[in-house]
Amino acid sequence: MGSDGESHAAHYKKIYVILLGLLAVSLIGPYFGEKFDMMWLTLITAFGIAFVKAWLVLKHFMHVDVERPFIHYALITGVGFMVLFFAGVSPDVMKHEGTNWENVGAKAEIARALAEAEAGGGHGAHGEAAAHGDDADAHDDAAEHKAPAH
Amino acid sequence: MAFQPIATTRTVMGMPTARLAIWWLVVSEIVIFGGILATYLMHRLGHPEWANYAVHTNVYAGGFNTFVLLTSSVFAVLAHDAASQGDGKKAAKLLSGTLVCAVMFLCIKGYEWSVEISHGYTITANGFWSFYYTAAGVHGLHVIIGGIIMAWIAKDAYQNKYLHRVELVGIYWHFVDLVWIFLFPLLYIAK
Amino acid sequence: MSATAHDDHHHGPTFAEIWLLQSTDHKMIGKQYMFIGMFMGLIGAYFAYAFRMQLAFPGVNVPGFGTVSPLEYNALVTNHGTIMIFWVAMPVLIAAFGNFLIPLMIGCDDMVFPRLNRLSVQIFLASAIVLIASFFVHNGGFGGAWTAYPPLSAKAEYNLTPLGSTLWLLAVVLEFAAFLIGGINFITTAMNARAPGMKALDVPMVVWMICIASLLFMASVGPLVAGAVMLLFDQVLGTGFFDPDKGGGPVLWQHLFWFFGHPEVYVVLLPACGITAEIITVFSRKKLFAYKTILYTVIGTGVLSFFVWAHHQFISGIDPRMANVFTITTVLISIPIAEMMFLFIATLYGGSIRFTTPMLWALSFIAEFLIGGVTGIFLGSSGADIYFHDTYFVLAHFHYTFFPIAIIGTFAALTFWFPKMFGRMMNDTLGKIHFWGTIIPFNFIFIPLFYLGAAGQHRRIYNFNHYPQLATPDLQALRVLATVSLLVMLSFQAVFIYNMLYSMFRGKKAPNNPWNANTLEWSCPSPPPHGNFGDELPNCYRGPYEYSVPGRDEDFWPQNLPN
Repeated sequence: MGSDGESHAAHYKKIYVILLGLLAVSLIGPYFGEKFDMMWLTLITAFGIAFVKAWLVLKHFMHVDVERPFIHYALITGVGFMVLFFAGVSPDVMKHEGTNWENVGAKAEIARALAEAEAGGGHGAHGEAAAHGDDADAHDDAAEHKAPAH
Repeated sequence: MAFQPIATTRTVMGMPTARLAIWWLVVSEIVIFGGILATYLMHRLGHPEWANYAVHTNVYAGGFNTFVLLTSSVFAVLAHDAASQGDGKKAAKLLSGTLVCAVMFLCIKGYEWSVEISHGYTITANGFWSFYYTAAGVHGLHVIIGGIIMAWIAKDAYQNKYLHRVELVGIYWHFVDLVWIFLFPLLYIAK
Repeated sequence: MSATAHDDHHHGPTFAEIWLLQSTDHKMIGKQYMFIGMFMGLIGAYFAYAFRMQLAFPGVNVPGFGTVSPLEYNALVTNHGTIMIFWVAMPVLIAAFGNFLIPLMIGCDDMVFPRLNRLSVQIFLASAIVLIASFFVHNGGFGGAWTAYPPLSAKAEYNLTPLGSTLWLLAVVLEFAAFLIGGINFITTAMNARAPGMKALDVPMVVWMICIASLLFMASVGPLVAGAVMLLFDQVLGTGFFDPDKGGGPVLWQHLFWFFGHPEVYVVLLPACGITAEIITVFSRKKLFAYKTILYTVIGTGVLSFFVWAHHQFISGIDPRMANVFTITTVLISIPIAEMMFLFIATLYGGSIRFTTPMLWALSFIAEFLIGGVTGIFLGSSGADIYFHDTYFVLAHFHYTFFPIAIIGTFAALTFWFPKMFGRMMNDTLGKIHFWGTIIPFNFIFIPLFYLGAAGQHRRIYNFNHYPQLATPDLQALRVLATVSLLVMLSFQAVFIYNMLYSMFRGKKAPNNPWNANTLEWSCPSPPPHGNFGDELPNCYRGPYEYSVPGRDEDFWPQNLPN
């Protein structure tokens, strides 16, 4: 029993090290993704890795793999309903105009904020570039040449 | 011991009732956080200007907090391991490790927020910051509530009482960790 | 161990257990839910009385209320809707009967988490108190409709009730918390604590329905909880989640609300259907027709109910392609519900029907709900809905669904399980007088409203005299007819209240199984003692609906008898 438990603990520590490695990747990946303007690298390292981490936690820490199947179905249904929610709502919320309506306020807000960022002066409602130093400026560059792509 | 009905001891589905209930709790939390994250995501995709706000989040603090929460999770799972071997004292010590991590998480969060608020990025500054504080705030509330319950369970576990609860609070805690795993890239990294 | 623990508890409930909600006994908690729900129902009925008087006789000094001001009118209709759905239909149908019936029907001594159960009813009472408190703050209660669409609900300069709307939101969130705790308790109890021998398909239909309803609630309420936090911040902190000028959008709230709001209709419908299923099998002395088909139909309905929510928003400017999808799913969902009603009618076919009071209520549920369902087809079709939207046609439609659910369902269940709950029989004659005195005026209230809606009468209008096309004498006559019918219906409720209170204390003592029914709750004493079944919890040997089995002397065959 003791040795069995020991191996459990060792297993958890191994998973922990893997998780920390993945965390490092998810921090370094987007850094390079931004530096070299590789959107896909950011997406894969930030969000793809998040799913891998989530799966590791679910399987090894929450032991979801040894639960009865209906637990899996319940969890998947919960997530599935959220995907459904996103699919049903995003056509109305992501866009700012539709049949017989236009979200004038939102469009104006986007235009105002983008113009402000283009001018390089402000960050949203308040300009605090100095407080962030070089790092913030580097981000600004990235943001500026990404903005027209939208 | 408190009065316990026979109903609580029955296990028709082949698993302890409390663990079954914890999984249902996790399902109900999935849809709560799912609602917040889904609405945030669709706003984020519809608002190109938010990328310029997101650069002001502190990636290092967020990343370190991810590390803290992962560490707290491994303490929780080690505590479960100790509890399943009947070693309540060890489980309680490991759980207090989780609690230290939880307090650290909240302190870092407090530091981050106070810096951001002092720079004028308050919850009313714009949509991004509204979502930033709401999503992280609801998550932080779960950390606080989970921490209180965990302290209570650790106290019992130290006296070798209710050791099965160590696993249950662990499942909840891992779920809170899981939410943060998604919140971190969504709020901090996506630019 | 626990059996002896019951004996120690073998005293009557104490003052604190009854009045301070300190009991962990599921039967006591069920009754507490029921009486709080009924009290709230009286408030809701009083509100309906006040605003119907204003609509039929604009500007009249309503006896017992006074003149209804426009602000009060808004608060009355808003809180009438909120109370009737969240504080009457849900607590009485799901929480009260779920608490009372689930442990008894599956043959165990209590819910699996008795103290969580107690917490649930305490939170529920707190939510009711917060809601009632919101009527008495500055400018009165919230008046932005039970759907609480922003910007009306988000900005105090529009709704004029800065504190009322926040308290309203807080009350709703507390109520959700109570039902999440209660729902998890119901589901785990029914899953894990069934009597030995009771397989999934031996569980009485009403238990299935309450559990599926709890699941639907649990899976749909999440986004609205998130949305409620956002709305609260919009109200209190001034964020802009639903404010276009700050980058948000009011349509988002409509989605968050109806993603919950439509499954919610099925959350309250399913328990009422389950109650009907129990009653019609007992009083037609026949097996429930197609148990498995009903079960799968209900699960299918539950899943499909998540795909229909945007039919409430056809004229909110949603994407027309989405409107097409939601029209199809909405019309589709009428199929399983119609199927279920046919299966109930098939259960009646060839049975030896006994027209007791609960049976009358159950049959009227089928008849009245069908009217509600059929009129829903018009509203679910996006083309027709452009005309009908926000008229009294919608209002009459959903009252034809919610009244059978919340009122008829409750009366059916209460008259049926009253002997088990209180150990005494209700008076059948008074019950029938109350039944006809409720059902006939009910139709006279809402059929005129269908006509008014088709004539273009818009909802949420304070005084129709302000609109020349709607102020004609023939339309006004219909409004007066509806209001007078409401007064008749309300006055007949006195018969019920008298009957219930008299029977509770002075009624004929009820035997253990007055209706000769099969399910396990009828095998324990009336009313069941603490621990329900005494020292020995029952075993289950067969399905719940073995009536009129050939070769048996009796026409019923209780689940707990070995042979």
